[in-house]
Amino acid sequence: MMLGRLQVPPSVKKGEVFEVRVLVQHPMETGFRRDVNGGQIPVNVVDKLSARIGGREVFRAELGTGIAANPYIVFTAVADASGTVEVEWSDDRGERGKASAVLTVIPA
Amino acid sequence: MAGAAAWPASGQRFQPAQDIRPLIARITGGVEPQAGGIDVELPQIAENGNSVPMRVRVASPMTAQDHVAAIHILAERNPRPRVASFHLSPASGRAEVSTRVRLAGTQPVTVIAELSGRRFRISKTEVLVTSAACLDESL
Repeated sequence: MMLGRLQVPPSVKKGEVFEVRVLVQHPMETGFRRDVNGGQIPVNVVDKLSARIGGREVFRAELGTGIAANPYIVFTAVADASGTVEVEWSDDRGERGKASAVLTVIPA
Repeated sequence: MAGAAAWPASGQRFQPAQDIRPLIARITGGVEPQAGGIDVELPQIAENGNSVPMRVRVASPMTAQDHVAAIHILAERNPRPRVASFHLSPASGRAEVSTRVRLAGTQPVTVIAELSGRRFRISKTEVLVTSAACLDESL
């Protein structure tokens, strides 16, 4: 289980566009680095990340080695109804992680 | 160091620019992308290529008929030029993504926006990188 943080505003008005910030703790190994013995460290990056709000997918990302270590991604979504924002990701080794946050939508 | 000779550090530090046109064609499916309509926020000078903050905004009403479906980031001097692809929908509200990228040297960063109806927009932003993303930190 990989660690990650997810941040949404404390409350948003209905119909408003809000930012979702995701920070995943991951070294994003490029495969070009070597360990102390000169052996190659294999590629291991968080290659897939997806976000759902109330069970519906709103954002999906495919990442490569060109994303900095501890990937930080900010995306937007329209506030429709209160619910849970869930973000899931997985790396090349098949390790998975997820984070969720409660979204409160107030009437406009 | 055992593996160091097989992979000279100098060859890695100065990655030549690759021709990313075939990669762009693969993304667009041969459709010629139009310039403009993309606002890319990147520092003009990045002190450290290991983590360069970047923000992409595409002008779009984000309706079901007319929205940005995907944003692709390419860095032609990176050993693997395909940096990331972000998939959006009208539920995104705005066509906007921020992240932090690795840049292996001074280079133009290409952003391709895939609009609904298989239309494409392209933008190139030059970034001067003083210290490239280290490809082999143990050397």
